[in-house]
Amino acid sequence: MMPMSQDQALAGAIFEDSAVLTVRDLSRICAVDERHIVEFVEEGVLEVVAVDTVEWRFTGAALRRARLALRLERDLEINLAGVALALELMDELEHLRRELNVRR
Amino acid sequence: MEFKDYYKVMGVARDATDAQIKQAYRKLARKYHPDVSKEKDAEARFKEVGEAYEVLRSPEKRAAYDQLGQGHPPGQDFRPPPDWGAGFEFSGAGGGESAYSDFFESLFGSQGRAESSGSRDHHAKVLLDLDATLKGGTRQLTLRVPEIDAAGRLVTKERTLNVQVPKGILPGQHIRLAGQGARTAGAAAPGDLFIEVEFQPHPWYRIDGRDLYLELPVAPWEAALGAAVKTPTPGGTVDLKIPPASHAGTKLRLKGRGIPAAPPGDFYVILQIALPPAADDRAKAAYSAMAQALPFNPRANLGV
Repeated sequence: MMPMSQDQALAGAIFEDSAVLTVRDLSRICAVDERHIVEFVEEGVLEVVAVDTVEWRFTGAALRRARLALRLERDLEINLAGVALALELMDELEHLRRELNVRR
Repeated sequence: MEFKDYYKVMGVARDATDAQIKQAYRKLARKYHPDVSKEKDAEARFKEVGEAYEVLRSPEKRAAYDQLGQGHPPGQDFRPPPDWGAGFEFSGAGGGESAYSDFFESLFGSQGRAESSGSRDHHAKVLLDLDATLKGGTRQLTLRVPEIDAAGRLVTKERTLNVQVPKGILPGQHIRLAGQGARTAGAAAPGDLFIEVEFQPHPWYRIDGRDLYLELPVAPWEAALGAAVKTPTPGGTVDLKIPPASHAGTKLRLKGRGIPAAPPGDFYVILQIALPPAADDRAKAAYSAMAQALPFNPRANLGV
């Protein structure tokens, strides 16, 4: 761990704004095999934004989704198809909760 | 240190089969998983269940725990006996990032734990006030960082950082602090720290991605006749024009006055009609006059 200076504020950048991620990036940041990231794409858990290049590209938002998917897989012992379904249902639930809040 | 009854945590009998334990774990894990659950103490319960499962799923740990459990009612003060663990070989499988209880650590501490994944990038999640993204500015963040101590155990340390929150950051986005991750032996540079941002609920504004929503109460005549009313927005109070013939639920948009991201979000005002109380004779007379003047059936749509 780095020694820390308490008084100096660290300037942080918004990761999602600048990030264009490759399979390798996601694999490194999430600490999983590249193969695993590829499986996420094949199952529709992660979306590739630029397919024209030789390499797949993801937006920074894919990081959050990948990590969420990994947590679900590990903690709930569900397979990839189950993770994909859970994520879709969670998206829908979030959407409905928002609608409900707007109308309330 | 309290003795933990892992069977009770999992809600299974002491002679439960592996299949029953697995089933109980899956059910509880789905119920309390912090990403899924809306239960209040979900995270604490989830950790407790994970810890219990970690012990009961492993034949060696379970056998050792069972031997120990005889004569230790839960909640009683507990010290592991000196010969604890003799004759058992722990395989050290599984294990997540979460820190286990003191009870678990004292039993399985250095042997039973999986090593950290070896990634040099660290992740954390913080809850910020909405003002942090509206105006930007420095916030003091306290993060809980898992570390391997000298004895090879995983411990959780608190780390305080002053971080300049980038203006316009949205919920779910990450602040990346280069070089603030873990420094591993032999590596040239430390990893990065990724801080996922969420916002505390605001008393007035509801946050939806980059947009903000405000429910604005208006008087019936303001809605019916139109008016300019004072409205709070993140950028300060504005005079909002209410169009004539507005009704409850009318949605007005102030473009670009939401979270100042790129592109900026919008600020939505949703009208609510607030009724003046018929508290005195004058107010009652005004309501009566309105009832006589207006041929109005609010239930026309219900066919009555």
